[in-house]
Amino acid sequence: MAYKGVAVTGMGILSAAGMSPAENYAALLAGRSGISTIENFETIHNRLPTGEIKMTNATLADLLGLPLVNDYSRTAMLGVMAAKAALADAGLPDTADCRTGLVSASSVGGMDTDEKHHFDYFNNPALLRYVGSRDIGNVTHKIAEALGITGFATTISTACSSSANAVMLGARLIRSGRLDRVVVGGTDALSKFTVNGFRTLMILSDQLCQPFDNDRTGLNLGEAAAYLVLESDDMVQRRGCRVLARVAGYANANDAFHQTASSDNGEGAYLAMSQALAVAGLQPADISYINVHGTATPNNDLTEGRALLRIYGDTPLPPFSSTKPFTGHTLAAAAAVEAVYSILALQNDVVFPNLNFATPMADLGTSPAIQLLHTRINHVLSNSFGFGGNCSTLIFSKV
Amino acid sequence: MMKRVYVTGLSCISAQPTFGAGLDTEWRFQPECNVLETIHPVYKSFLPAAALRRMSKVIRMGVTSANAALADAGVSMPDAIIIGTGMGCGEDSDKFLEAIVANGEEMLTPTAFIQSTHNTVGAQVAVGIGCKGYNLTYVNGAVSFESALLDAQMTIAEGNAHTILTGGIDELTKHSADLFRHSGLIKLGGDYTEVLHSKSGGTVFGEGAAFAVLSDSPGKSPYAEVADVWMTAVLQPQAVAGAVSDFLTANGLTPADIDAVVLGIDGDVQYDGYYSQTATDLFAETPQVYYKHLCGEFNTAQAFGFWAACHMLHTNEIPPVMVINHLPQRELNHILLYNQYNGIDHSLILLKACRNTP
Repeated sequence: MAYKGVAVTGMGILSAAGMSPAENYAALLAGRSGISTIENFETIHNRLPTGEIKMTNATLADLLGLPLVNDYSRTAMLGVMAAKAALADAGLPDTADCRTGLVSASSVGGMDTDEKHHFDYFNNPALLRYVGSRDIGNVTHKIAEALGITGFATTISTACSSSANAVMLGARLIRSGRLDRVVVGGTDALSKFTVNGFRTLMILSDQLCQPFDNDRTGLNLGEAAAYLVLESDDMVQRRGCRVLARVAGYANANDAFHQTASSDNGEGAYLAMSQALAVAGLQPADISYINVHGTATPNNDLTEGRALLRIYGDTPLPPFSSTKPFTGHTLAAAAAVEAVYSILALQNDVVFPNLNFATPMADLGTSPAIQLLHTRINHVLSNSFGFGGNCSTLIFSKV
Repeated sequence: MMKRVYVTGLSCISAQPTFGAGLDTEWRFQPECNVLETIHPVYKSFLPAAALRRMSKVIRMGVTSANAALADAGVSMPDAIIIGTGMGCGEDSDKFLEAIVANGEEMLTPTAFIQSTHNTVGAQVAVGIGCKGYNLTYVNGAVSFESALLDAQMTIAEGNAHTILTGGIDELTKHSADLFRHSGLIKLGGDYTEVLHSKSGGTVFGEGAAFAVLSDSPGKSPYAEVADVWMTAVLQPQAVAGAVSDFLTANGLTPADIDAVVLGIDGDVQYDGYYSQTATDLFAETPQVYYKHLCGEFNTAQAFGFWAACHMLHTNEIPPVMVINHLPQRELNHILLYNQYNGIDHSLILLKACRNTP
């Protein structure tokens, strides 16, 4: 029997572009970017365009009903809030009705909290509650606890492709019959650590990012959390719940070239896309829209573009766009954010515009969609690549 | 028909002279330490000098041990690389963070940041051998290695790989060690070697890098077969026996079929009850084995336990230094490993002997 894909029954998202799927969709339709500058913590990089969620930690803690003294990092709070929203969206008051698991992703976990206290733990006993905050598994445990998940829970960290791999593992756990339902996604809060890290690599732009533009100067960072609820067909039938989309294809390959740079011809990206198409049983021409990784670094967009051209060969490319100008690059959460966007595209038959684009890349010969496009969308392919050559592709299909 | 998963290559760097070796009766204790000292190979024999200079401890240990496991299996190119690490690249993270603070976010260099991502070892191994296959890093406390093992088992079952490199790696940085002492995770009191009859909280810490090559075919002389892996985030002490029984039943076994049970006892009185209860409830008549007195506690310590158990099944011997209860040793056909840390992230691994395979 052909694999029709694992059902997505709920989704939750917090990003600079909005605090729910509806708010994000409204921003995408209006072409309204969530990029601003950093206000939530002290940094000398507070003029860099960044996708910051305009809620302080105190507000997040309040919304979550956490006590004044708690041990939650910002990454954990964003994760808990988005994952709870996904569960609510799936119409689930709790998760005890079946074998429910959690696969969460993060690149730096609660670094936002650890970096504040790193040197002070020894002379301020009150701070010791944060000792575990850098442990990424700690973030996942907090999310599991909030969702009432006591069984299978794990965490993936493959840099900026992390949450694509979380979606992939969740789909495989259901497909193999190990679990009936898996909450999948990722969370990463902005931190001084990552802002400075990307700054030292000289791939942070001081302009609004321009994916796939000839004159692109680098990426804008962002923070986000996004989660999907995946369920088996038996659960969907038993609950009679609505299905938002299906995870039809997935693949993970490695570029095996360099720790931080992609190979010239985007080998890893090519392998991930071609293998995901094979899992979905689809041809490149079947894809209606590609949500590219499109970070707007010179290296990523050129190599991803080349890999796309290799996949398509003589077949015309479908419309593609990077939605990172709306949210910033949200690291481990990016693929989950873009999974939500891919599903919104499928639900509404729309291609989202690639903002800030002006000039086609001289050495590529193809350009992203720059206007909102209303067209029938059957299958969306979404790419996410990370440091360490980690390349992952997801394909979402209409129900 | 479920595909079988064989362990065809092993390697381990730890506080014991495990690298390039198997189980040893001469294993040493480090009685005065609350952090065990790792016995490192001479890395310059295994890694190019230029690369070595940039590598932190966990990258050195990880890449060297990974390559050694591949060599042990006679595999030059696995189809996938799936790694678990609880704390990732702490040394580079600390270094970059300290530079941010010391220099007020200015004049920073990228090397430590680049190498701070949790997937660095998996990536470096892939780049080193040119492996373009499935590549994943799990980071979930005490089930990081088990997550990798479970994924590897699924990947082989799906028919998407014939051979997979998997392993568990963790380094203990100076900052973490200081912090763990300060916060009570590492013991301060005197009974460091009394892992079995400890009366204090906290544990003796270690670090290490244990790797295995898993294959869907046994090859010439497989160490063992990975029959099943199970993990859960939360488990109440009184529910462990039921969970173990269910796991064994699902594999067509009863506790009486287990020839040795490997327990993750680490000398923390707050949580070792999980093990003693399980041992009393189900395995009173079964040879019981422990190992964290040899390698120390760390998030992927069970990769050491896994490495040791594979060797036990291969040689049909349990080193006396690992024995808890002195029952007559049986012929080793099934070994069960049970681990948890701080009361969360519980896991079970079932291994089978294949001394007569093929």
